[in-house]
Amino acid sequence: MAKYVIVGASAAGLGAVEAIRDIDPVGTIIVITDETCSHYSRPMISDLVSGQADLKKVDCRTEDFWRENNVEAIVGKKVTALNLDEKAVQLESGENIPYEKLLIATGGKPFVPKMDGSDKDGVFTFTTLKDAQLLAAKIDSINAKSAVVIGAGLIGVSVADALVKRGLKVTMVELQDKILSLLLDPRGSDIVETVIRKAGVNIITGQSVQRIIGKSGNDGAVGGVILTKGDQVPCDLVVVAIGVVPRSELVAGTAVKTNRGIVVDNMMQTSVPDVYASGDVAEAYDFVLNQNRLLPLWPLAVLEGQVAGCNMAGKKTTYPGGTNMSSLKYFGIPVVSVGLSNPKEDPTLEVLVKFEPEHNLYKKLVLKNNVIVGITLINSIERAGILYYLMKNAINVKKFKQQLLADDFSWAAFPVALQRKMSVVQ
Amino acid sequence: MVKRIIAKQEVCMGCGLCEVYCTVQHSKSKDIIKAYNMERPKPISRVRVERNKPVSFAIQCRHCEDAPCVTACLSGAMRKDQKTGLVTHDAKKCIGCWTCIMVCPYGAIIMDKEGHVVAKCDLCQGFDEPACVANCPNEALVFKEVKP
Repeated sequence: MAKYVIVGASAAGLGAVEAIRDIDPVGTIIVITDETCSHYSRPMISDLVSGQADLKKVDCRTEDFWRENNVEAIVGKKVTALNLDEKAVQLESGENIPYEKLLIATGGKPFVPKMDGSDKDGVFTFTTLKDAQLLAAKIDSINAKSAVVIGAGLIGVSVADALVKRGLKVTMVELQDKILSLLLDPRGSDIVETVIRKAGVNIITGQSVQRIIGKSGNDGAVGGVILTKGDQVPCDLVVVAIGVVPRSELVAGTAVKTNRGIVVDNMMQTSVPDVYASGDVAEAYDFVLNQNRLLPLWPLAVLEGQVAGCNMAGKKTTYPGGTNMSSLKYFGIPVVSVGLSNPKEDPTLEVLVKFEPEHNLYKKLVLKNNVIVGITLINSIERAGILYYLMKNAINVKKFKQQLLADDFSWAAFPVALQRKMSVVQ
Repeated sequence: MVKRIIAKQEVCMGCGLCEVYCTVQHSKSKDIIKAYNMERPKPISRVRVERNKPVSFAIQCRHCEDAPCVTACLSGAMRKDQKTGLVTHDAKKCIGCWTCIMVCPYGAIIMDKEGHVVAKCDLCQGFDEPACVANCPNEALVFKEVKP
Protein backbone atom coordinates (compact mmCIF):
# COMPACT_ATOMS: atom_id res chain seq x y z
CA MET A 1 0.00 0.00 0.00
CA ALA A 2 1.19 3.46 -0.87
CA LYS A 3 1.95 5.49 2.17
CA TYR A 4 1.10 8.72 0.38
CA VAL A 5 -1.25 9.30 -2.54
CA ILE A 6 -1.40 12.76 -4.07
CA VAL A 7 -4.05 13.64 -6.62
CA GLY A 8 -2.78 16.51 -8.73
CA ALA A 9 0.74 17.41 -9.79
CA SER A 10 0.72 21.17 -9.86
CA ALA A 11 1.86 23.61 -7.17
CA ALA A 12 0.31 21.96 -4.12
CA GLY A 13 1.21 18.44 -5.22
CA LEU A 14 4.82 19.44 -5.88
CA GLY A 15 5.11 21.25 -2.55
CA ALA A 16 3.78 18.18 -0.79
CA VAL A 17 6.21 15.80 -2.50
CA GLU A 18 9.17 17.99 -1.55
CA ALA A 19 8.02 18.36 2.05
CA ILE A 20 7.36 14.63 2.47
CA ARG A 21 10.76 13.71 1.07
CA ASP A 22 12.49 16.09 3.46
CA ILE A 23 11.03 14.05 6.31
CA ASP A 24 10.45 10.59 4.90
CA PRO A 25 12.94 9.54 2.21
CA VAL A 26 11.47 6.09 1.67
CA GLY A 27 7.66 5.99 2.12
CA THR A 28 5.96 5.22 -1.17
CA ILE A 29 4.57 8.31 -2.87
CA ILE A 30 2.11 7.95 -5.74
CA VAL A 31 1.18 11.10 -7.62
CA ILE A 32 -1.75 10.91 -10.02
CA THR A 33 -2.43 13.60 -12.61
CA ASP A 34 -4.79 13.65 -15.56
CA GLU A 35 -2.46 16.01 -17.38
CA THR A 36 0.13 14.56 -19.70
CA CYS A 37 2.78 17.07 -18.79
CA SER A 38 3.50 17.36 -15.10
CA HIS A 39 5.58 19.63 -12.88
CA TYR A 40 5.16 22.64 -15.13
CA SER A 41 4.33 26.11 -13.91
CA ARG A 42 0.78 27.20 -14.63
CA PRO A 43 1.52 30.90 -14.15
CA MET A 44 4.04 30.53 -16.98
CA ILE A 45 1.64 29.40 -19.66
CA SER A 46 1.32 32.98 -20.88
CA ASP A 47 5.09 32.98 -21.41
CA LEU A 48 4.66 29.87 -23.51
CA VAL A 49 2.10 31.59 -25.72
CA SER A 50 4.17 34.76 -26.02
CA GLY A 51 7.24 32.72 -26.95
CA GLN A 52 9.24 33.90 -23.94
CA ALA A 53 9.40 30.35 -22.60
CA ASP A 54 9.54 26.96 -24.26
CA LEU A 55 8.36 23.63 -22.87
CA LYS A 56 11.67 23.08 -21.15
CA LYS A 57 11.49 26.43 -19.43
CA VAL A 58 7.93 26.00 -18.15
CA ASP A 59 9.11 22.89 -16.31
CA CYS A 60 9.46 24.43 -12.86
CA ARG A 61 11.30 21.49 -11.34
CA THR A 62 14.15 19.33 -12.59
CA GLU A 63 13.58 17.13 -15.62
CA ASP A 64 13.86 14.01 -13.47
CA PHE A 65 11.85 15.39 -10.58
CA TRP A 66 9.76 12.24 -10.07
CA ARG A 67 12.75 9.93 -10.15
CA GLU A 68 14.90 12.17 -7.98
CA ASN A 69 12.15 12.23 -5.37
CA ASN A 70 11.40 8.54 -5.73
CA VAL A 71 7.82 9.19 -6.79
CA GLU A 72 5.65 6.81 -8.73
CA ALA A 73 3.89 9.20 -11.10
CA ILE A 74 0.70 8.09 -12.80
CA VAL A 75 0.46 10.61 -15.60
CA GLY A 76 -2.45 11.21 -17.95
CA LYS A 77 -4.92 9.29 -15.84
CA LYS A 78 -7.93 10.54 -14.00
CA VAL A 79 -9.06 9.70 -10.51
CA THR A 80 -12.80 9.14 -10.78
CA ALA A 81 -13.82 8.24 -7.25
CA LEU A 82 -12.72 8.24 -3.64
CA ASN A 83 -13.44 5.35 -1.39
CA LEU A 84 -12.78 6.89 1.97
CA ASP A 85 -14.03 3.91 3.99
CA GLU A 86 -11.54 1.60 2.36
CA LYS A 87 -8.93 4.36 2.05
CA ALA A 88 -8.46 4.06 -1.68
CA VAL A 89 -8.79 6.17 -4.80
CA GLN A 90 -10.21 4.75 -7.98
CA LEU A 91 -8.85 5.42 -11.45
CA GLU A 92 -10.90 5.66 -14.62
CA SER A 93 -9.77 2.15 -15.49
CA GLY A 94 -11.41 0.87 -12.31
CA GLU A 95 -8.10 0.26 -10.64
CA ASN A 96 -8.05 0.95 -6.91
CA ILE A 97 -5.06 2.64 -5.32
CA PRO A 98 -5.02 2.35 -1.54
CA TYR A 99 -3.44 5.05 0.61
CA GLU A 100 -2.46 5.72 4.18
CA LYS A 101 -2.49 9.49 3.71
CA LEU A 102 -4.25 11.22 0.85
CA LEU A 103 -3.78 14.73 -0.53
CA ILE A 104 -6.38 16.24 -2.81
CA ALA A 105 -4.57 18.82 -4.89
CA THR A 106 -6.80 18.88 -7.93
CA GLY A 107 -6.60 22.65 -8.31
CA GLY A 108 -9.12 24.83 -10.07
CA LYS A 109 -10.95 24.76 -13.34
CA PRO A 110 -11.78 27.78 -15.44
CA PHE A 111 -15.09 29.44 -14.80
CA VAL A 112 -16.96 29.81 -18.09
CA PRO A 113 -20.22 31.74 -17.90
CA LYS A 114 -23.15 30.60 -19.98
CA MET A 115 -23.14 32.38 -23.30
CA ASP A 116 -24.34 31.43 -26.73
CA GLY A 117 -21.58 30.40 -29.08
CA SER A 118 -19.09 29.30 -26.43
CA ASP A 119 -18.83 25.98 -28.28
CA LYS A 120 -17.47 27.60 -31.43
CA ASP A 121 -14.06 26.75 -32.80
CA GLY A 122 -11.68 29.41 -31.50
CA VAL A 123 -12.94 29.74 -27.92
CA PHE A 124 -10.32 28.93 -25.32
CA THR A 125 -9.89 28.84 -21.58
CA PHE A 126 -6.51 29.57 -20.02
CA THR A 127 -5.59 27.42 -17.06
CA THR A 128 -3.49 24.50 -18.16
CA LEU A 129 -0.50 23.93 -20.39
CA LYS A 130 -2.79 22.18 -22.83
CA ASP A 131 -5.01 25.27 -23.01
CA ALA A 132 -1.96 27.37 -23.86
CA GLN A 133 -0.69 24.89 -26.44
CA LEU A 134 -4.08 24.72 -28.15
CA LEU A 135 -4.32 28.51 -28.20
CA ALA A 136 -0.81 28.93 -29.59
CA ALA A 137 -1.43 26.31 -32.25
CA LYS A 138 -4.67 27.98 -33.26
CA ILE A 139 -3.02 31.38 -33.61
CA ASP A 140 -0.61 29.80 -36.06
CA SER A 141 -3.05 27.59 -37.93
CA ILE A 142 -5.60 30.31 -38.72
CA ASN A 143 -3.05 33.12 -38.70
CA ALA A 144 -5.18 34.88 -36.11
CA LYS A 145 -5.10 38.66 -36.18
CA SER A 146 -7.38 39.58 -33.31
CA ALA A 147 -8.70 38.26 -30.03
CA VAL A 148 -11.20 39.12 -27.35
CA VAL A 149 -10.13 38.32 -23.81
CA ILE A 150 -13.04 37.99 -21.40
CA GLY A 151 -11.92 39.07 -17.94
CA ALA A 152 -9.32 41.66 -16.98
CA GLY A 153 -7.98 40.13 -13.82
CA LEU A 154 -4.58 38.56 -13.36
CA ILE A 155 -5.13 35.79 -15.92
CA GLY A 156 -6.81 38.06 -18.46
CA VAL A 157 -3.99 40.58 -18.31
CA SER A 158 -1.40 37.80 -18.66
CA VAL A 159 -3.14 36.42 -21.76
CA ALA A 160 -3.53 39.89 -23.26
CA ASP A 161 0.19 40.55 -22.77
CA ALA A 162 1.07 37.27 -24.51
CA LEU A 163 -1.33 37.88 -27.42
CA VAL A 164 0.00 41.42 -27.97
CA LYS A 165 3.52 39.96 -28.07
CA ARG A 166 2.26 37.57 -30.75
CA GLY A 167 1.08 40.56 -32.78
CA LEU A 168 -2.65 40.20 -32.23
CA LYS A 169 -5.04 43.09 -31.84
CA VAL A 170 -6.55 42.47 -28.41
CA THR A 171 -9.79 43.65 -26.83
CA MET A 172 -10.32 42.99 -23.12
CA VAL A 173 -13.87 42.87 -21.82
CA GLU A 174 -14.34 43.25 -18.07
CA LEU A 175 -17.63 43.14 -16.21
CA GLN A 176 -16.34 45.28 -13.34
CA ASP A 177 -15.87 49.02 -13.80
CA LYS A 178 -12.11 48.68 -13.43
CA ILE A 179 -9.50 46.19 -14.55
CA LEU A 180 -7.59 44.18 -11.90
CA SER A 181 -10.28 45.16 -9.42
CA LEU A 182 -9.34 42.42 -6.96
CA LEU A 183 -5.77 43.73 -6.76
CA LEU A 184 -5.92 47.49 -7.20
CA ASP A 185 -7.94 50.50 -6.14
CA PRO A 186 -9.40 52.71 -8.91
CA ARG A 187 -6.31 54.92 -9.10
CA GLY A 188 -3.94 51.98 -9.36
CA SER A 189 -6.19 50.34 -11.89
CA ASP A 190 -6.24 53.50 -14.01
CA ILE A 191 -2.44 53.68 -14.07
CA VAL A 192 -2.11 50.10 -15.29
CA GLU A 193 -5.03 50.48 -17.70
CA THR A 194 -3.36 53.49 -19.35
CA VAL A 195 -0.16 51.48 -19.82
CA ILE A 196 -2.07 48.55 -21.32
CA ARG A 197 -3.99 50.83 -23.65
CA LYS A 198 -0.73 52.37 -24.83
CA ALA A 199 0.36 48.87 -25.85
CA GLY A 200 -2.59 48.88 -28.27
CA VAL A 201 -5.12 46.92 -26.23
CA ASN A 202 -8.74 47.99 -26.41
CA ILE A 203 -10.28 47.81 -22.93
CA ILE A 204 -14.03 47.70 -22.41
CA THR A 205 -15.22 47.75 -18.78
CA GLY A 206 -18.65 47.49 -17.21
CA GLN A 207 -19.76 44.98 -19.82
CA SER A 208 -19.58 41.29 -20.51
CA VAL A 209 -19.88 39.16 -23.58
CA GLN A 210 -23.47 38.24 -24.28
CA ARG A 211 -22.74 35.83 -27.09
CA ILE A 212 -20.05 34.68 -29.45
CA ILE A 213 -20.91 34.86 -33.13
CA GLY A 214 -19.55 32.91 -36.08
CA LYS A 215 -17.53 34.05 -39.06
CA SER A 216 -19.46 34.91 -42.19
CA GLY A 217 -19.33 31.82 -44.35
CA ASN A 218 -18.14 29.65 -41.47
CA ASP A 219 -20.53 29.88 -38.56
CA GLY A 220 -18.71 27.20 -36.61
CA ALA A 221 -15.64 29.39 -36.22
CA VAL A 222 -15.36 32.46 -33.99
CA GLY A 223 -16.02 35.67 -35.87
CA GLY A 224 -16.73 38.10 -33.07
CA VAL A 225 -18.58 38.81 -29.86
CA ILE A 226 -21.72 40.76 -29.01
CA LEU A 227 -21.43 42.70 -25.77
CA THR A 228 -24.20 43.16 -23.22
CA LYS A 229 -24.98 46.67 -24.48
CA GLY A 230 -25.24 45.32 -28.00
CA ASP A 231 -21.91 46.44 -29.46
CA GLN A 232 -20.13 43.98 -31.72
CA VAL A 233 -16.40 43.30 -31.61
CA PRO A 234 -15.05 41.23 -34.49
CA CYS A 235 -12.27 38.78 -33.60
CA ASP A 236 -10.68 35.50 -34.64
CA LEU A 237 -10.32 34.11 -31.12
CA VAL A 238 -11.98 34.37 -27.73
CA VAL A 239 -10.13 33.59 -24.50
CA VAL A 240 -12.25 33.16 -21.39
CA ALA A 241 -10.09 34.29 -18.46
CA ILE A 242 -12.53 35.13 -15.72
CA GLY A 243 -11.06 32.99 -13.00
CA VAL A 244 -11.06 29.51 -11.58
CA VAL A 245 -13.42 27.58 -9.37
CA PRO A 246 -12.34 24.64 -7.19
CA ARG A 247 -12.14 21.30 -8.92
CA SER A 248 -13.78 19.51 -6.03
CA GLU A 249 -16.10 17.06 -7.85
CA LEU A 250 -14.07 14.18 -6.46
CA VAL A 251 -15.28 14.77 -2.93
CA ALA A 252 -18.92 15.43 -3.85
CA GLY A 253 -21.13 13.04 -1.95
CA THR A 254 -18.32 11.97 0.38
CA ALA A 255 -17.81 12.84 4.03
CA VAL A 256 -15.24 15.49 3.04
CA LYS A 257 -16.80 18.79 4.00
CA THR A 258 -16.93 21.53 1.41
CA ASN A 259 -17.96 25.13 1.39
CA ARG A 260 -16.98 26.96 -1.81
CA GLY A 261 -13.88 24.79 -1.78
CA ILE A 262 -12.76 21.91 0.41
CA VAL A 263 -12.78 22.91 4.07
CA VAL A 264 -9.45 22.33 5.82
CA ASP A 265 -8.04 22.97 9.28
CA ASN A 266 -4.76 24.75 9.98
CA MET A 267 -2.85 21.56 9.23
CA MET A 268 -4.54 21.33 5.82
CA GLN A 269 -6.51 18.28 6.91
CA THR A 270 -10.08 17.92 5.71
CA SER A 271 -13.02 16.85 7.85
CA VAL A 272 -11.97 13.25 7.16
CA PRO A 273 -8.89 11.95 9.02
CA ASP A 274 -5.84 11.25 6.84
CA VAL A 275 -7.36 13.16 3.94
CA TYR A 276 -5.72 16.50 3.22
CA ALA A 277 -6.43 19.21 0.65
CA SER A 278 -4.25 22.05 -0.61
CA GLY A 279 -4.07 24.60 -3.38
CA ASP A 280 -6.85 26.08 -5.47
CA VAL A 281 -9.30 23.36 -4.44
CA ALA A 282 -9.04 24.17 -0.72
CA GLU A 283 -10.14 27.06 1.46
CA ALA A 284 -7.03 28.00 3.37
CA TYR A 285 -6.48 30.64 6.01
CA ASP A 286 -6.22 34.31 5.06
CA PHE A 287 -4.35 36.12 7.84
CA VAL A 288 -5.64 39.55 6.80
CA LEU A 289 -9.31 38.67 6.73
CA ASN A 290 -8.86 36.17 9.57
CA GLN A 291 -10.92 33.53 7.82
CA ASN A 292 -10.50 30.61 5.48
CA ARG A 293 -11.25 31.27 1.83
CA LEU A 294 -10.35 30.44 -1.73
CA LEU A 295 -7.07 32.03 -2.79
CA PRO A 296 -6.02 30.41 -6.05
CA LEU A 297 -2.41 31.58 -6.13
CA TRP A 298 0.70 29.56 -6.99
CA PRO A 299 2.97 30.51 -4.06
CA LEU A 300 0.21 29.84 -1.54
CA ALA A 301 -0.61 26.51 -3.15
CA VAL A 302 3.03 25.41 -2.85
CA LEU A 303 3.11 26.46 0.80
CA GLU A 304 -0.19 24.75 1.57
CA GLY A 305 1.09 21.61 -0.13
CA GLN A 306 4.27 21.76 1.93
CA VAL A 307 2.25 22.04 5.14
CA ALA A 308 0.02 19.13 4.13
CA GLY A 309 3.10 17.10 3.19
CA CYS A 310 4.77 17.72 6.56
CA ASN A 311 1.66 16.66 8.44
CA MET A 312 1.13 13.62 6.24
CA ALA A 313 4.70 12.56 7.00
CA GLY A 314 4.12 13.00 10.71
CA LYS A 315 5.78 16.36 11.35
CA LYS A 316 3.11 18.51 12.91
CA THR A 317 3.08 21.80 11.02
CA THR A 318 0.64 24.69 11.04
CA TYR A 319 -0.19 26.72 7.94
CA PRO A 320 0.94 30.29 8.67
CA GLY A 321 -1.73 31.72 6.40
CA GLY A 322 -1.59 33.66 3.21
CA THR A 323 -3.57 36.48 1.74
CA ASN A 324 -4.50 37.88 -1.64
CA MET A 325 -1.01 38.58 -2.97
CA SER A 326 0.26 38.93 -6.50
CA SER A 327 3.11 40.45 -8.41
CA LEU A 328 2.64 41.33 -12.06
CA LYS A 329 5.23 41.87 -14.76
CA TYR A 330 2.87 42.35 -17.68
CA PHE A 331 3.10 45.24 -20.15
CA GLY A 332 6.37 46.28 -18.56
CA ILE A 333 4.84 47.84 -15.46
CA PRO A 334 5.74 46.02 -12.25
CA VAL A 335 2.90 45.74 -9.75
CA VAL A 336 2.72 44.19 -6.30
CA SER A 337 -0.53 43.92 -4.37
CA VAL A 338 -0.84 42.26 -0.95
CA GLY A 339 -3.83 42.19 1.36
CA LEU A 340 -6.25 45.11 1.40
CA SER A 341 -5.91 47.28 -1.68
CA ASN A 342 -9.25 49.02 -1.81
CA PRO A 343 -10.89 48.86 1.61
CA LYS A 344 -14.23 50.46 2.33
CA GLU A 345 -14.27 53.67 4.38
CA ASP A 346 -13.25 52.60 7.86
CA PRO A 347 -12.15 55.01 10.61
CA THR A 348 -9.88 52.35 12.11
CA LEU A 349 -7.79 52.17 8.95
CA GLU A 350 -5.00 54.57 8.10
CA VAL A 351 -3.90 54.96 4.49
CA LEU A 352 -0.46 56.19 3.42
CA VAL A 353 -0.06 57.21 -0.21
CA LYS A 354 2.68 58.28 -2.57
CA PHE A 355 1.55 59.13 -6.08
CA GLU A 356 3.75 60.43 -8.89
CA PRO A 357 1.62 60.26 -12.04
CA GLU A 358 4.48 61.46 -14.25
CA HIS A 359 6.39 58.28 -13.33
CA ASN A 360 3.39 55.95 -13.22
CA LEU A 361 4.43 55.49 -9.62
CA TYR A 362 1.89 54.69 -6.97
CA LYS A 363 2.39 53.34 -3.50
CA LYS A 364 -0.31 52.79 -0.97
CA LEU A 365 -0.18 51.19 2.44
CA VAL A 366 -3.20 50.38 4.54
CA LEU A 367 -2.54 50.26 8.28
CA LYS A 368 -4.66 49.14 11.18
CA ASN A 369 -3.45 49.91 14.71
CA ASN A 370 -0.01 50.69 13.22
CA VAL A 371 0.24 47.29 11.55
CA ILE A 372 0.34 47.02 7.75
CA VAL A 373 -2.70 45.20 6.35
CA GLY A 374 -2.44 46.23 2.71
CA ILE A 375 0.38 46.93 0.25
CA THR A 376 0.00 48.33 -3.26
CA LEU A 377 3.13 49.16 -5.22
CA ILE A 378 3.21 50.20 -8.86
CA ASN A 379 6.46 50.85 -10.68
CA SER A 380 8.53 50.80 -7.49
CA ILE A 381 8.35 47.33 -6.05
CA GLU A 382 11.87 46.41 -4.93
CA ARG A 383 11.13 46.96 -1.24
CA ALA A 384 7.86 45.01 -1.34
CA GLY A 385 9.22 42.04 0.59
CA ILE A 386 10.37 44.17 3.52
CA LEU A 387 6.90 45.65 3.81
CA TYR A 388 5.40 42.18 3.51
CA TYR A 389 7.66 40.97 6.31
CA LEU A 390 6.34 43.75 8.56
CA MET A 391 2.80 42.89 7.55
CA LYS A 392 3.09 39.12 7.96
CA ASN A 393 4.68 39.43 11.37
CA ALA A 394 2.23 42.16 12.49
CA ILE A 395 5.12 44.42 13.50
CA ASN A 396 4.14 47.79 14.90
CA VAL A 397 5.52 50.39 12.49
CA LYS A 398 4.64 53.50 14.47
CA LYS A 399 8.26 54.51 15.05
CA PHE A 400 9.22 54.48 11.37
CA LYS A 401 5.90 55.02 9.67
CA GLN A 402 7.08 58.11 7.82
CA GLN A 403 9.79 56.12 6.06
CA LEU A 404 7.69 53.22 4.82
CA LEU A 405 6.93 54.77 1.44
CA ALA A 406 10.46 55.97 0.69
CA ASP A 407 11.88 54.36 -2.45
CA ASP A 408 14.98 53.43 -0.45
CA PHE A 409 13.04 52.14 2.56
CA SER A 410 15.05 49.35 4.11
CA TRP A 411 16.11 47.56 7.25
CA ALA A 412 18.25 50.59 8.01
CA ALA A 413 15.04 52.34 9.04
CA PHE A 414 14.20 49.59 11.55
CA PRO A 415 14.92 49.83 15.27
CA VAL A 416 18.29 48.18 16.04
CA ALA A 417 16.70 45.45 18.12
CA LEU A 418 14.73 44.31 15.10
CA GLN A 419 17.80 44.45 12.83
CA ARG A 420 19.70 42.25 15.29
CA LYS A 421 16.84 39.80 15.57
CA MET A 422 17.16 38.97 11.91
CA SER A 423 20.99 39.08 12.14
CA VAL A 424 21.23 41.58 9.34
CA VAL A 425 23.85 43.40 11.33
CA GLN A 426 26.15 42.44 14.14
CA MET B 1 28.18 25.41 10.02
CA VAL B 2 27.88 27.47 6.89
CA LYS B 3 29.64 30.66 5.90
CA ARG B 4 27.62 33.82 5.61
CA ILE B 5 28.25 37.53 5.11
CA ILE B 6 27.62 39.62 8.21
CA ALA B 7 27.51 43.42 8.17
CA LYS B 8 29.10 45.45 10.95
CA GLN B 9 26.95 48.48 10.98
CA GLU B 10 29.12 50.53 13.36
CA VAL B 11 32.11 50.51 11.00
CA CYS B 12 30.25 50.94 7.68
CA MET B 13 30.54 54.45 6.28
CA GLY B 14 28.24 53.71 3.36
CA CYS B 15 30.91 54.26 0.67
CA GLY B 16 29.31 51.78 -1.74
CA LEU B 17 32.56 50.13 -2.83
CA CYS B 18 30.96 46.73 -2.12
CA GLU B 19 28.42 47.51 -4.83
CA VAL B 20 31.17 48.49 -7.28
CA TYR B 21 33.16 45.29 -6.73
CA CYS B 22 30.05 43.12 -6.81
CA THR B 23 29.04 44.68 -10.12
CA VAL B 24 32.46 44.02 -11.64
CA GLN B 25 32.60 40.49 -10.24
CA HIS B 26 29.25 39.71 -11.89
CA SER B 27 30.10 41.37 -15.21
CA LYS B 28 31.12 39.44 -18.30
CA SER B 29 34.37 41.34 -18.77
CA LYS B 30 35.40 41.62 -15.07
CA ASP B 31 36.78 45.01 -16.18
CA ILE B 32 35.57 47.98 -14.18
CA ILE B 33 35.35 50.41 -17.12
CA LYS B 34 33.73 47.93 -19.49
CA ALA B 35 31.37 46.72 -16.78
CA TYR B 36 30.15 50.21 -15.96
CA ASN B 37 30.24 51.89 -19.34
CA MET B 38 29.79 49.33 -22.08
CA GLU B 39 28.26 45.99 -21.17
CA ARG B 40 24.64 45.32 -22.05
CA PRO B 41 22.57 44.20 -20.30
CA LYS B 42 24.22 46.26 -17.60
CA PRO B 43 25.80 44.10 -14.92
CA ILE B 44 24.23 44.88 -11.58
CA SER B 45 25.30 44.71 -8.00
CA ARG B 46 23.73 42.02 -5.87
CA VAL B 47 24.63 43.81 -2.68
CA ARG B 48 23.01 47.06 -1.70
CA VAL B 49 24.11 49.63 0.83
CA GLU B 50 21.10 50.63 2.85
CA ARG B 51 21.37 54.09 4.32
CA ASN B 52 19.40 55.87 6.99
CA LYS B 53 22.11 58.22 8.15
CA PRO B 54 23.98 57.93 10.42
CA VAL B 55 23.14 54.23 9.98
CA SER B 56 24.35 52.35 6.92
CA PHE B 57 25.13 48.74 6.13
CA ALA B 58 25.35 46.46 3.14
CA ILE B 59 22.75 43.78 2.68
CA GLN B 60 22.59 40.83 0.35
CA CYS B 61 20.76 37.50 0.15
CA ARG B 62 20.90 35.80 3.57
CA HIS B 63 20.45 32.34 2.01
CA CYS B 64 17.59 31.71 4.43
CA GLU B 65 17.19 28.25 5.87
CA ASP B 66 13.50 28.30 5.06
CA ALA B 67 13.65 30.62 2.07
CA PRO B 68 10.33 32.23 1.12
CA CYS B 69 11.64 33.10 -2.35
CA VAL B 70 12.17 29.41 -3.13
CA THR B 71 8.63 28.46 -2.09
CA ALA B 72 7.11 31.37 -3.98
CA CYS B 73 9.19 31.13 -7.19
CA LEU B 74 6.88 30.49 -10.13
CA SER B 75 9.49 29.17 -12.50
CA GLY B 76 11.81 27.00 -10.41
CA ALA B 77 14.69 29.44 -10.96
CA MET B 78 15.15 29.93 -7.22
CA ARG B 79 16.29 26.78 -5.45
CA LYS B 80 17.73 25.69 -2.14
CA ASP B 81 20.86 23.62 -2.55
CA GLN B 82 20.49 20.98 0.14
CA LYS B 83 24.24 20.24 0.23
CA THR B 84 25.65 23.76 0.48
CA GLY B 85 22.65 25.47 2.03
CA LEU B 86 22.87 28.17 -0.65
CA VAL B 87 19.83 29.66 -2.27
CA THR B 88 20.73 29.57 -5.95
CA HIS B 89 19.17 31.53 -8.78
CA ASP B 90 19.20 30.33 -12.38
CA ALA B 91 18.76 33.42 -14.55
CA LYS B 92 18.00 31.24 -17.57
CA LYS B 93 14.93 29.83 -15.85
CA CYS B 94 13.83 33.17 -14.38
CA ILE B 95 10.87 34.90 -16.02
CA GLY B 96 11.09 38.14 -14.05
CA CYS B 97 7.66 37.74 -12.44
CA TRP B 98 8.94 39.54 -9.31
CA THR B 99 7.20 37.09 -6.96
CA CYS B 100 10.44 36.52 -5.02
CA ILE B 101 10.79 40.28 -4.56
CA MET B 102 7.31 40.35 -3.05
CA VAL B 103 8.28 37.85 -0.35
CA CYS B 104 11.99 38.49 0.40
CA PRO B 105 12.02 39.89 3.96
CA TYR B 106 15.35 41.62 3.40
CA GLY B 107 14.65 43.30 0.08
CA ALA B 108 17.80 41.51 -1.05
CA ILE B 109 16.60 40.49 -4.50
CA ILE B 110 17.41 43.02 -7.19
CA MET B 111 15.42 43.72 -10.35
CA ASP B 112 17.49 43.43 -13.49
CA LYS B 113 15.20 45.61 -15.56
CA GLU B 114 17.22 45.29 -18.76
CA GLY B 115 17.52 41.54 -18.45
CA HIS B 116 13.89 41.09 -17.28
CA VAL B 117 15.09 38.78 -14.51
CA VAL B 118 16.12 39.14 -10.90
CA ALA B 119 19.63 38.94 -9.51
CA LYS B 120 20.92 38.13 -6.07
CA CYS B 121 24.04 37.28 -4.10
CA ASP B 122 25.67 33.95 -4.94
CA LEU B 123 28.43 34.38 -2.33
CA CYS B 124 30.90 34.54 -5.25
CA GLN B 125 31.13 30.79 -5.74
CA GLY B 126 34.63 29.63 -6.65
CA PHE B 127 36.41 32.43 -4.78
CA ASP B 128 37.84 32.38 -1.26
CA GLU B 129 35.80 35.35 -0.26
CA PRO B 130 32.90 37.27 -1.78
CA ALA B 131 34.09 40.38 -3.65
CA CYS B 132 32.16 42.73 -1.35
CA VAL B 133 33.91 41.31 1.71
CA ALA B 134 37.36 41.19 0.12
CA ASN B 135 37.17 44.83 -0.99
CA CYS B 136 35.44 46.51 1.93
CA PRO B 137 37.89 49.26 2.97
CA ASN B 138 36.89 49.21 6.63
CA GLU B 139 36.12 45.52 7.21
CA ALA B 140 32.46 46.31 7.67
CA LEU B 141 31.62 43.06 5.93
CA VAL B 142 32.90 39.76 7.27
CA PHE B 143 32.56 36.27 5.86
CA LYS B 144 32.28 33.82 8.70
CA GLU B 145 30.74 30.61 9.86
CA VAL B 146 27.36 30.90 11.46
CA LYS B 147 24.80 28.45 12.68
CA PRO B 148 22.26 27.87 9.92
